[in-house]
Amino acid sequence: MPFACIYVPGFPVEAILRAEPELRAQALAVLEGKAPLQKVFAVNEKARRDGITSGMTKIQVEACVQLALRERSLLQESATHAVLLECAQGFSPRVEDLAADTFVLDITGLGKLFGALPKIAREIAKRISNIGLQCNVAVAANPDTAMLAARGFDGVTVIPEGREAEQLGCLPVEVLCAGEGDPESEQLLETLHRWGIRNLRDLAALPEVALSERLGRRGLEWQRLARGASSRTLVPFEPPLIFEEAIELEHPVVLLEPLAILLGGMLEQLCSRLQAHALATQELRLELELENGCIEDCHPEQACSVLAVKDLDETPHRDPASRITISARRASLFRRTLRLPLPLLDPRTFLKLLQLDLNAHPPGAPIVKIHLMAEPTRPRAAQNGFFLPPSPEPEKLELTMAKIAGIVGEDRVGSLELLDTHRPERFEMQHFTPCTENENPRRGFTRIHADQANQKSKTKDSSVSQCLHGGEDLVTALRRFRPRAAATVTIHDGKPAHVSCCKRLEINSEVLWTAGPWRLSGDWWEHNGWARDEWDIAVQEESGIALYRLVRDLLSGKWFVEGTYD
Amino acid sequence: MALFPMIPNADHPVAFDSKWPTQIAERLAAHPQLAQVVPASRLEVRPVPEMVSCGIREIDALTGGLPRGCLTEICGGASSGRTSLLLATLAAATQRQEACALVDGSDAFDPVSAESAGVQFERVLWVRCGQSKSNSPQKHPSATPAASAKRAGFDTEKKFGSKQIEKGVAVEQALRVTDLLLQSGGFGLVIIDLGDVTIKIARRIPLTSWFRFQRAVERTPTVLFVVSQAPCTQSAALLVRMKTKSLAVGRWPLAPTRSSLPVPSHAQLFEGLHIEGEILRSRMQRKPSQSVIVFETASRTG
Repeated sequence: MPFACIYVPGFPVEAILRAEPELRAQALAVLEGKAPLQKVFAVNEKARRDGITSGMTKIQVEACVQLALRERSLLQESATHAVLLECAQGFSPRVEDLAADTFVLDITGLGKLFGALPKIAREIAKRISNIGLQCNVAVAANPDTAMLAARGFDGVTVIPEGREAEQLGCLPVEVLCAGEGDPESEQLLETLHRWGIRNLRDLAALPEVALSERLGRRGLEWQRLARGASSRTLVPFEPPLIFEEAIELEHPVVLLEPLAILLGGMLEQLCSRLQAHALATQELRLELELENGCIEDCHPEQACSVLAVKDLDETPHRDPASRITISARRASLFRRTLRLPLPLLDPRTFLKLLQLDLNAHPPGAPIVKIHLMAEPTRPRAAQNGFFLPPSPEPEKLELTMAKIAGIVGEDRVGSLELLDTHRPERFEMQHFTPCTENENPRRGFTRIHADQANQKSKTKDSSVSQCLHGGEDLVTALRRFRPRAAATVTIHDGKPAHVSCCKRLEINSEVLWTAGPWRLSGDWWEHNGWARDEWDIAVQEESGIALYRLVRDLLSGKWFVEGTYD
Repeated sequence: MALFPMIPNADHPVAFDSKWPTQIAERLAAHPQLAQVVPASRLEVRPVPEMVSCGIREIDALTGGLPRGCLTEICGGASSGRTSLLLATLAAATQRQEACALVDGSDAFDPVSAESAGVQFERVLWVRCGQSKSNSPQKHPSATPAASAKRAGFDTEKKFGSKQIEKGVAVEQALRVTDLLLQSGGFGLVIIDLGDVTIKIARRIPLTSWFRFQRAVERTPTVLFVVSQAPCTQSAALLVRMKTKSLAVGRWPLAPTRSSLPVPSHAQLFEGLHIEGEILRSRMQRKPSQSVIVFETASRTG
């Protein structure tokens, strides 16, 4: 399995020369750092022959007349790296990105296209030369040998299999740590120099045991590299998977119906791309650029303001009174994020969910640009049990939940979770996801809680009393009044004698029976402490006797009817 | 009557011909007065619905359980045990690992009671009908209380107070949400809790809504369970009325006190309800001889 290595010597210089090819004929030095402490970072061959070396200050090199000076450009280097990668991927899909200036390719199978290995190497060098870069290309039987050969030999090099040690022997030991820059490598290099080891042949000839005793594992690795005997698996570069679609509109979209048509097309594209990669998505992010949007209309978490310079007007003639005017256009971004409980891949479901969401939270301004992103994830692989009861389909359920949220409100639909506190109404709403696992943890907790309540049975921190009739746990439930109803209570002998409630007209009579009070309090160490007395009362109504829970808030002194036992 | 043999013999020279049933049916169908006759083999036999436990043994013994694919209505006044039965049914369904939905028309669901009853919350979708903080009418002008109430069929020309109109809005939301849930499908139990909706408002719910719900759950494994103050669906396959017979009160401490002294209120405990359940209508079976049963939600002291 042959490998090819592409190495661009003087990469920062080559990046600049790619943009300014006219500088290739003259000496060039690349500076780095902040003025006035700029130093030479890299030089080309001509500058090196003129005596310019890395580390010289700008003042020192400015004296050289024919030397071109340029600032180091990371942006250009990044662009050059991307172009190199693209060029390498044009030859092989398995490309390892070793460094900004070094790529290793698996060229298995290219013989049928280009011929023998030397032809392949020459073709690669030619392709890279066409994009304005000079590089070294080496071909060998393993990636590390190819890398060393590319770094050590100029031009195109082909090392036949079995002759790695022989071909690499003349290279200096510095080629082993080229580009590493770590202190361990430098120390190792210094040690080798002290021993008189100058090239890879000398290093390869050292005894292994003695070398490992003195230089450790790193030394042995270097020796294997020098012998061309290292073997490792290529780690191919995998580009990040980004699934997004964007569209700029010629005319702003005002209504949601045409927006839905555009979103439908974009979602189809996204889903087909995801499907091609055998992926699904669990999060959709919609970003709408609004025209002349007002931030006040948007939720602060959903919108942000961007100030952009639109155009620059200059007066055509020089006039003392002339001035440059800058007009700024204010744009705003409207973002919505759709998070799903399960990975889905149905564009119609996504479109419906987005439509329902935008109906509930309209942008509030015309839309000039749409940007839709999908977060890729593995598709769900659920294998339902044959004997388990059926549950709602996730796609249908999501749509149903979104429609219900549009009717009753987002905060009033879902499953609930009890919080670990004694405060009344101690729950919070969560997104409903039907679970399919065969587990029953709550029953055990409930039994324990019930048994403790029965054994204690006299503390009133529960609204229920329990029944163990024939082995069944039958609970007397409380029906809560939300909001709780303010009541007017007449006290006699320290207990409620008459209760009336303006919002519950049926509660307006003498109290037939009372139990209580039971005092509860909590969170007194917080700023929102609470304290209350609870009573169970029975009153006569038209339909019969009804039981209520009467509460007195000790902090405010007010009475409330909190619910009825039913 | 002697049957025609397959092979003619001395006693029956004429053998049975397999074409006779078809020929007879055709001749009957040709007769004008018998044109509506359909062969029995073509009649659609409605299967007996599967019955599931409601979580209370006595009610199961009385009714045979709750029928799947049918509408069951529980009615009763305040403190009649309806909510206890609701929670028991919900607990039984979640313990059967079924996804359940509770359409709370009055937002009266108490999570603490439900947890004590054994309800598994992760399997319950709770929809709280009524006004919410985020659902402000300003953003949805068509959802004003009066408009919503009128859409639900409530005559707002009459003098309903604002509370009545709010109840109407909640009922309208409950009906719309139930429609969505039944269309979505997949739920083993759908409960519509109209326990705090007055009889006046509940009876104004169009009967077509109940009929539509009934048709939606037909031939599905969904149990549709309605809780109300009085019968209002008119098309329930099972209608049970609940009533409180008496209260179970206890005394604390458990040591007996002298009977001459009154028991102070702080020494009294509400322990449960003695509830009477009565079948008013059942389409699955004949009305049993004993259509009333009593059970209690009383705690075991000691």
